[in-house]
Amino acid sequence: MAADAARPSVAALSWLILGEWRSQPMRVITAALAIAVGVALGFAVHLINASALDEFSRAISTVNGDADLQVQAVSNAGFDEALYPRLARAPGVATASPVIQLTGVVEGQSDGLTLIGLDIFRAAAVTPNLLGRPTAADGQAGFGDAGAVFDENAVFLSPALMAGRAPGQKISLSAGGRTTRLTIAGSLPGVAEGRRIAVMDIAAAQWRFGQIGRLQRIDLKLAEGADRDRTRAAVAALLPAEAELVTRESQTRRSDSLSRAYRVNLNMLALMALLTGGFLVFSAQSLSVARRRAQFALLRVLGSNRRALMSQVLIEGGVVGAVGAGLGLGLGLLLAGAALRLLGGDLGGGYFQGGQPALVFAPVAAGVFFVLGLGCALVGSLAPAGEAARAQPAVALKNAGDAVDPSARPRILPALILLLLGGACAFAPAIGGLPLLGYVSMALLLAGGVAAMPWLARALLSPLQARSIRSPAAELAVRRLWGAPSQAAVALCGIVASTSLMIAMAVMVSSFRGSVDDWLGQVLPDDLYLRYEGPSEAGGLDPAAQARLAAVPGVAAIHFTRAQPLRLNPDAPPVALVAQPVTRDDPGARLPMIGKPRPPPPGLTPVWVSEPAAWLNHLKVGEVIRLPLKGGTKVFVAGVWRDYARQNGALVLTSEDYTRLTGDALRAEASVDLEPGADLDQVSAGLKAALPPELADRTRFARPGQIRGIALGLFDRSFAITYVLELVAILVGLAGVAATVSAQTLARTKEFGMLRHIGVRKRQITAMLAMEGALLGAVGVAAGLTLGLIMSQVLIHVVNPQSFHWTMQTRLPWGLFAIVTAALIAASAGTALLSGRRALSVDAVRAVREDW
Amino acid sequence: MLALHGLTKSLPGGRVLFSGLNLTIAPGEFVAVMGESGVGKSTLLNVIAGLDTADSGEVLIAGTALSGLDDDGRTLLRRDRIGFVFQAFHVLPHLSLARNVALPLVLAHADPARALERATTLLDEVGLAGRGGDYPRQLSGGELQRVAIARALVHRPALILADEPTGNLDPETADRIMGLLTAQARQAGAAALIVTHSEKAAAAADRVLSLTHDGLVTHGR
Repeated sequence: MAADAARPSVAALSWLILGEWRSQPMRVITAALAIAVGVALGFAVHLINASALDEFSRAISTVNGDADLQVQAVSNAGFDEALYPRLARAPGVATASPVIQLTGVVEGQSDGLTLIGLDIFRAAAVTPNLLGRPTAADGQAGFGDAGAVFDENAVFLSPALMAGRAPGQKISLSAGGRTTRLTIAGSLPGVAEGRRIAVMDIAAAQWRFGQIGRLQRIDLKLAEGADRDRTRAAVAALLPAEAELVTRESQTRRSDSLSRAYRVNLNMLALMALLTGGFLVFSAQSLSVARRRAQFALLRVLGSNRRALMSQVLIEGGVVGAVGAGLGLGLGLLLAGAALRLLGGDLGGGYFQGGQPALVFAPVAAGVFFVLGLGCALVGSLAPAGEAARAQPAVALKNAGDAVDPSARPRILPALILLLLGGACAFAPAIGGLPLLGYVSMALLLAGGVAAMPWLARALLSPLQARSIRSPAAELAVRRLWGAPSQAAVALCGIVASTSLMIAMAVMVSSFRGSVDDWLGQVLPDDLYLRYEGPSEAGGLDPAAQARLAAVPGVAAIHFTRAQPLRLNPDAPPVALVAQPVTRDDPGARLPMIGKPRPPPPGLTPVWVSEPAAWLNHLKVGEVIRLPLKGGTKVFVAGVWRDYARQNGALVLTSEDYTRLTGDALRAEASVDLEPGADLDQVSAGLKAALPPELADRTRFARPGQIRGIALGLFDRSFAITYVLELVAILVGLAGVAATVSAQTLARTKEFGMLRHIGVRKRQITAMLAMEGALLGAVGVAAGLTLGLIMSQVLIHVVNPQSFHWTMQTRLPWGLFAIVTAALIAASAGTALLSGRRALSVDAVRAVREDW
Repeated sequence: MLALHGLTKSLPGGRVLFSGLNLTIAPGEFVAVMGESGVGKSTLLNVIAGLDTADSGEVLIAGTALSGLDDDGRTLLRRDRIGFVFQAFHVLPHLSLARNVALPLVLAHADPARALERATTLLDEVGLAGRGGDYPRQLSGGELQRVAIARALVHRPALILADEPTGNLDPETADRIMGLLTAQARQAGAAALIVTHSEKAAAAADRVLSLTHDGLVTHGR
């Protein structure tokens, strides 16, 4: 009964909370917006990725159908078809469906397509979606056309490829280095909109595209009641080095791992923005509690217990969090929709190719982000709520003003502990391939930095305070900030959190961009570059074409390259196997080597691995590994080179070794050294004329500067979302400055009234406030910059290597530092000035009589 | 209604504010306590209200001993049995006058509509008829103190504690406020204890005591 009586009154709480919000709407709105921004960014990033992955997995299941198990080639070269009858007879296998799967291109277009060759009788049981519907030239489906499915010239097209074409028309398809003219025999009604798939008879595909005796895939349906694990083991035992067994789960893991690090990084950055929102809530609530100290004391006298006061502040924070989180979910949906339209499913990151994904709402994620937003606001309100509950009513009612005690020394120990823990976490390894402890480190550093603010504010202002200042306004400003460092810290914590986060991100992006720029300079040493547009697997320059190009007048040397996917691990995306014109003796001439390369022992083929390939596959220089080529070839890891182009890693072979091991003599790219005095345009024209006619219109020429511009443009596009996050961090920081400085200034109306009474002019008070604001901003910027620089080192040396497996050198964006410094100091001083004018508009006599 | 037995209170530095205080106030009785600044008048009120604790001795309010109550118990006792009037008014600026007055009832889980009705009646009684919807910023000091008196009486307390209720008012307004406070307390049958520096304010009381280092003595003796 007594406990029931002591329960806080809902009506009283609603009166008090609503009354407070009516009197301070901007404070509430700013705090809710800060939470909304963090939730919106996190939720949008999640939705965009969920939508892209959903699209990706639907694309995979269209092509893969209902296979229980799948055997896939580790490279485009495929594997020997003799495997098919062996697998068909394996115990537990009911049906085996052999598949040719090539990346192709329609003549005159650069968008790729998936060309699939099927045995229709086998495929009916496994991939019914890929069965073509024969259609007569007049558009009527008919039984009479059914023979078309076995016609060696017939091809069935998915709706996306069929657009603008009709059955009976001819179409030229290039794949596997061959171009063939085929007849459109009908459509693929089971393939969803947006997928570019062409299906033909398997034998015809093998013959027409140079795959005789080869397969890229065998789909397996298990017999009813067959033991899955035993069958898997039996199948795995039959596989050559060129093939691997994959399951639906491993394919999902592979598609997930494509963008996992990028996704997690964006989500973490969004969570850091949310954390900043939490600091702003803390700041707003602390100011509000400090201002209402006497009000809370009165409520205690009138019969509110400590729990009721704590509930009031927590409910205030909770409602701010709930409104902010709700708003954030709505904003996140809008943001995700807009980003999918403008940037695509990978936010410009280049991980997913193909159609534009539709926005998929994720209710569980929405719930999680709502709880995160609410939780941030509640955690931000916890300390102020405790402060409100601890207030001594008798003392607070006698001293309605702020309880500033300049003799109190700010504590530094808790901040030091947090900073040390943050530093320790930065040295921890990745968890599950993700830099989770790196982010914990950043959060701890942020918390430690904010906790150190009172001490830092006093330390920075001590030299000024110790001096005699001639201007009374400056004297008052310095002494006020020095004497009340905790209040300064409350105003600063939002600024420091958002500034440091923004600086950390800006330094990381600037360092990454600078390193990529340097790298481009190293990997683009030649005068002119040729590139076959479209999927390189679909074709390229054969040796005869290469020889013709090399003989073009004005060409001093021409270097051909090619890259093909090669799978080293069923759970991971494939690495790129690259043919490069490197020499065994001096690989550094064309590759930006990290460390000293090692010459291969006699008889072993050298391979130079990119930084991500070395990291992901745990490769070390001097190691001998086996590649799934030619039945398992031993190669020697001769060195590691820097590569920012392929996140999943690349292995470079000399051009001769590549051809020898893969049997692929085609090349898709070339770089040209011109003879001294040769005219670039003339040489380009000569090269174009020497190209095979079917490749001429799909081959692009570019100078190194152009490629560099395009590459950096792509970089900026893939970091577009990061730039947006930076801008948001700046805006949140400025809003935080405005809200906190304004609240603190308005709370000092009584002090200003007293100063006016003792003869201080209005102009002097506004000068004092502007100076206080500027000093506050300067301390905030100094702390934010320092903390941001420390956090940027965690991003550069921990988060990036653990996420993307490449390293970079720190580059400082001095221009941005200057802009941020000026903007924050100006915002802080300007807001203090404006709110000071408002506070001074109150009559001085009334101000000193103000009750609160 | 209020009984103090052997109440002793020292400051943290060891200085004794008062020692062995005894006092009884009957229902409807109005007692004023005077004394020099710093002698402990406000502290005495805080100890009686359970906002501060005595070193020894006992406070009994309507027969309930404060020493037997925890913080929640003392809070409930204040909410239900005590009305407060302060020198600095302490009216919540973001609540209307009616809501300020009704707050003690609403904190005690009364129906808000009925609480507001009672608040309006009390505002009428203290001379603020029709002003229930106004906000504190629109009021003078005297008017704010009337609101505080109405709030102190709204929940029909057994004991009214007033700390320098006229300290911020001009003499004419102070007279009117003291008259109002005395009349309202008597009408409600509540015991009242005010601490004040003002002889004029104290003159309205049934008994005037002085707080000295020797304890509570009859004023002027």
